[in-house]
Amino acid sequence: MNGKGRLAIYWAASCGGCEIAILSINEKILDVAAAFDIVFCPCIMDVKTRDVEKMPDGHIDVCLFNGSIRTSEQEYMARLLRRKSRVLVAFGSCAHEGCIPALANLTRRDEIFAACYTDCPSADNAARVVPQPETRIDGMRLHLPVFYDTVRTLAQTVDVDYFLPGCPPEAPRILDAINAIVAGRLPPKGAVIGAATTVCDECPRTRTEKKIRRFARTWQVIPDEKTCLLEQGLVCCGPATRAGCGALCPQVNSPCIGCYGPNAGEEDQGSRLMSALASVIDSNDPDEIQRIIEEGIPDPVGTFYRFSLAHSMLRRAALVPDEQRVKLPLPAAGTAQTTGGEHGR
Amino acid sequence: MEQQQFEPRIVGFFCNWCSYRAADVAGTARMKHAPNVRIIRLMCSGRVEPAFVLKALADGADGVLVAGCHPGECHYIEQNYKTIRRFAMLRHTLRALGIDPRRVRLVWASAGEAARLTQAIDEMVETVRTLGPLRWRDNWEEDPAQREAADRTADEHAAAMEVQ
Repeated sequence: MNGKGRLAIYWAASCGGCEIAILSINEKILDVAAAFDIVFCPCIMDVKTRDVEKMPDGHIDVCLFNGSIRTSEQEYMARLLRRKSRVLVAFGSCAHEGCIPALANLTRRDEIFAACYTDCPSADNAARVVPQPETRIDGMRLHLPVFYDTVRTLAQTVDVDYFLPGCPPEAPRILDAINAIVAGRLPPKGAVIGAATTVCDECPRTRTEKKIRRFARTWQVIPDEKTCLLEQGLVCCGPATRAGCGALCPQVNSPCIGCYGPNAGEEDQGSRLMSALASVIDSNDPDEIQRIIEEGIPDPVGTFYRFSLAHSMLRRAALVPDEQRVKLPLPAAGTAQTTGGEHGR
Repeated sequence: MEQQQFEPRIVGFFCNWCSYRAADVAGTARMKHAPNVRIIRLMCSGRVEPAFVLKALADGADGVLVAGCHPGECHYIEQNYKTIRRFAMLRHTLRALGIDPRRVRLVWASAGEAARLTQAIDEMVETVRTLGPLRWRDNWEEDPAQREAADRTADEHAAAMEVQ
């Protein structure tokens, strides 16, 4: 890169932790400041969207975009920053694969609005007012962003150049990425900047053959500090999660929760976890297997897709679950039958 | 206009050593069964990763039928026990995602059990027919009006922030 580059840092549906993660590179932030002018970052400076709109296309050299896409405003910002940035990085788990905000894909807009604005015990909202995309007051039209049913990843919204996984990305990985960008040593477009192995490979615990007769939850056992947590019955996402964090959670006696997303070459983290966990169940009896699974994993989606639901193959739960759809009687032989079971609401 | 009966699209993952041969036998014997299952041959039902089933459902299948050797008769000794466990785990997850577990079915059929296999196919097709089309991708296709809201944003900014 010749001369000083221009850097943008933006947040969409996220918690702000990614900005803090950038600061956790400590004094190296001065190197970043030496290499880049930060031209847009609502977290730390007062630059308006209108200023970005007025930049020429490709004006920003690197945009670190964290957060998933939940509203039309976030979609607009994703499109805008795509156009204005030469390199767009999906920074952190939300932009990469949906993360915690995408667990809202287990439900949908009307249910979320009801839970937040009308049905929650502390809501004082007798008129049952919920946010509307357009309101008229005194002859003026006021707009709010449209709230989508489905949270999407950045790459499901615009073209993304690189992905930096993690919730949040760990400081050494952020530095690796920044150094690679500054030195122009970038991997092929579309790459995840990170390791191509799993958390298990970074985990110092002793592993032997795994055979589990019951899955335990973290509050039910105090695990010993040397043995593989999965062998102790704890649901550890290590076998299906990309390395890069240095196995931080297992090192403090807490199972991996999967924030670095699927390993290289894998599309669906939950599928790998289901396979890995099913394989270690020590039973060949279908009823016992069923019992072990149902008792040990009460929230399968939140367990297998805690960070990757939007990025997974199915992306979300059904808007209208099968059990709520209109069922048709079995057709009598030879009679025509309507198709039914429509998705509309 | 007379409406067409819904014909389910079902993807079948069949084991090379038993159910796939049972399907062959059914064909040779000219046994009749519902034509809705697209069969993919695998070396073992234990090869079926949950991702195969998820991809089929996401890409338009209304149901998935996995067929393998009876427990204790696996060509690879005990891989079909692994299938039982994975399958139970997968159905547990699908239920939580609002997919009726009857849309995915695991059936055992040895190479000689063509009748058992064709019966399972017919039952599966009728069950999925009553459940209706899955049309999974419709779940995330947003209303075009919402995309238009994003399109309008720049104009709104111009109107709101620049005094003419």
